[in-house]
Amino acid sequence: MAEKFLIKTSPHIKNNLSVAKVMWLVVVALLPAYIHTFFLFGYRTVWVSLAAVAGAVVSEALMQLLMKKKITVYDGSAFLTGLLIAFNVPPSIALWKVALGSAFAIIVAKQLFGGLGYNIFNPALAGRAFLMASYPVAMTSGWKAPAGGFLSLDPALTQGFSGPAVTKFLDSVTSATPLNALKTARAALNDPELDVPAREAVEQLFSADSIVHSFFGRIGGCLGETTALFLLAGGLFLLIMKLADWRVPAGYLGTVALLTWAFGGIDGIFTGNPLFHLFTGGLMLGAFFMATDMVTSPLTRKGKWIFAVGCGVLTFTIRMWGGYPEGVSYSILLMNIFVPLIDRYTVPVSFGEVKA
Amino acid sequence: MLTFKGGIHPPEGKALTEGKPLKRLSLPDKVIIPLSQHIGAPAKAIVQIGDEVLTGQPVAEASGMISASIHSSVTGKVVGIGSFPHPVSGTGPALVIERSGEDIFYEHPRYTAGDCDKETFLKVVADMGLVGLGGATFPTHVKLAPPSFKKVDCIILNGAECEPYLTCDDRLMQEQSEGIALGLLLMVKNTGAEKGIIGIENNKPHAFKKMCEVCRPYHELEVVSVKTKYPQGAEKQLIDALTKRKVPAGGLPLDVGIIVQNVGTAFAVYEAVYLGKPLIERAVTVSGEGINEPSNFIVRIGDTYERLIREVGGLKEETVSLISGGPMMGFAQYTAQSLPVIKGTSGILALTEREVGRTREAPCISCGACVDICPMQLIPTQLVRQVKNKRYEEAAALNINSCIECGSCAYVCPSKIPLVQYVRLGKGFLRKLSARERAKKEEKK
Repeated sequence: MAEKFLIKTSPHIKNNLSVAKVMWLVVVALLPAYIHTFFLFGYRTVWVSLAAVAGAVVSEALMQLLMKKKITVYDGSAFLTGLLIAFNVPPSIALWKVALGSAFAIIVAKQLFGGLGYNIFNPALAGRAFLMASYPVAMTSGWKAPAGGFLSLDPALTQGFSGPAVTKFLDSVTSATPLNALKTARAALNDPELDVPAREAVEQLFSADSIVHSFFGRIGGCLGETTALFLLAGGLFLLIMKLADWRVPAGYLGTVALLTWAFGGIDGIFTGNPLFHLFTGGLMLGAFFMATDMVTSPLTRKGKWIFAVGCGVLTFTIRMWGGYPEGVSYSILLMNIFVPLIDRYTVPVSFGEVKA
Repeated sequence: MLTFKGGIHPPEGKALTEGKPLKRLSLPDKVIIPLSQHIGAPAKAIVQIGDEVLTGQPVAEASGMISASIHSSVTGKVVGIGSFPHPVSGTGPALVIERSGEDIFYEHPRYTAGDCDKETFLKVVADMGLVGLGGATFPTHVKLAPPSFKKVDCIILNGAECEPYLTCDDRLMQEQSEGIALGLLLMVKNTGAEKGIIGIENNKPHAFKKMCEVCRPYHELEVVSVKTKYPQGAEKQLIDALTKRKVPAGGLPLDVGIIVQNVGTAFAVYEAVYLGKPLIERAVTVSGEGINEPSNFIVRIGDTYERLIREVGGLKEETVSLISGGPMMGFAQYTAQSLPVIKGTSGILALTEREVGRTREAPCISCGACVDICPMQLIPTQLVRQVKNKRYEEAAALNINSCIECGSCAYVCPSKIPLVQYVRLGKGFLRKLSARERAKKEEKK
């Protein structure tokens, strides 16, 4: 009889989930959108994502080596950060810039804060913010209509989507994202000096045609932003596998939908188009893959609702009145700051606890 | 389906033994009987080396308010008193009795429900050395005699058996349903309660059916099916599921008018009162992937783990872990040698690497899994963070003392953090702190 059994405290059995499994499963959830992106932008997708992932993984390994920590790049968390950064940059960006963004995300936003589990900010979004601040032109004007892949837009489709009115006041249709177009059109609306068909432009953007295009990703945008359908599919996979809490995307998307419907229109209250806002920009990516980042979102259920609604309100605010056309990444980063505070004030009432 | 909030559903592992009837083991040649087999003060030995004892004869008496007496489980001679391995405390004082032959039973008075009044009932339960057989081993006579200002209206029998692998309660309910019902009736009658409820998880349909049948004639008994979910058999969670009453934090079931007993205890009450039989044997499940022939046994107290394991064909080579009790809350054993079965031994499990799933502890990624499943609605990972940083007062403010140490959080944790271990550590420090403070106050006086 073997007389040396394992001595440890209970419980003596554990489930088979691990951090690495969680991370790699999130990567799997991103695959549908990634593959679709490949069909839109062709090999550009591969190069950008390779640069981003390599930047992240190499930085993580180097930092852990320098800080004399155990090297844990196999756990997939750096890989995931890299992939998310790739999803968050325009396809035309210089590869070294993407890699630099990844390096910033891992070195500054993650490892300097203590590594996995200790970072305050979502590393991928911190990387994106770094790129936005450092290379604003590359990050905001490098939009390309999907090109290079066999699902890329043909000019006729582009026309169909943007509409002649949009074309008229935008220099180049192919270099605008729908949110950009909306912002410009709204600005023109309030400027009597400008003689442009702004109202028609907004109407066309809100049209069913336009929404279908955004849903299927036939719009300009960051690599991973353009495919609402596939992001949604990956997001549902996360929810089913319980790798993300449904409260976060539900609260986030719900808030944005409600606010944009109520106040996003140009003919008064409840004339906005919530679907337009849900399917454009980085909202799907943000709501399912960024705001749900376990480390940087609240622990408690109530906290998750507060966090999600906060993200939604901020996103709506930035899209409507902010200087940027899109506000998903900054909204989530801002809400990341409040996570410890939210957790502190949403401690659930424990079983049998009598509140004094 | 009745249940509580939170909880987990680990692989049940009950298929290994649920079809195995309770088998009476042959009498052991030697028994090792620890003097501490219950919560409270250890019993005091009342025999000496060389004394001849009969089966069921008292060999140690209760010492103090919370304690329980202990009886010889064989007929033979006391050959030793000394320190022996103990499945809960590591080592402890024990009597060694060598069997000299077949059982000669020590005579204890027998009663029927009619001639057993409350006083006699409590005396019999105490004299027969009854303790809670679910594993916590709280002396039964103390639990059944609440202070007079606490009104008890309901006795709950815990037939949930939510620990994976264990099926001894399931088998007992199927094979001794009548005795369990009579034991419960005795408890209901003698505590002045109005009713008795037997809560059984819905993964035990046979036991449920059998208990329903035998309880039908008694209007004060009710058999209720509860959802199969761990820790459904935890006292507070079972009460919540069955009655919707919430035991206040830091309180006892008595605070909501309830006493919870294990089904095995009810059967022991029946045997003690009707048959004059002290607690000298119990049902034990021997199971796990590391066991060659998983089985259910009726085992004499003091028989050894070693012999039971031999009885089931030994351990498989892959066995890495030997557990006393269930896999969620049981105790890991270093060796089976000279390790006695005690009153609280509900199971002996041999687990393999595959079941144990040993991995390194990784940093918490705040996934919130532990928060979602905590049956006490605590934030386990925050408790651990506070304990790791030696901020015990903060841990106390987050209700660390409400933790029932069920282990659900550590089970689901993807980072494999031993959360319960840290919680126990924190509770220990808090106990020390409050003891120190009490001592200071005394000094000032």
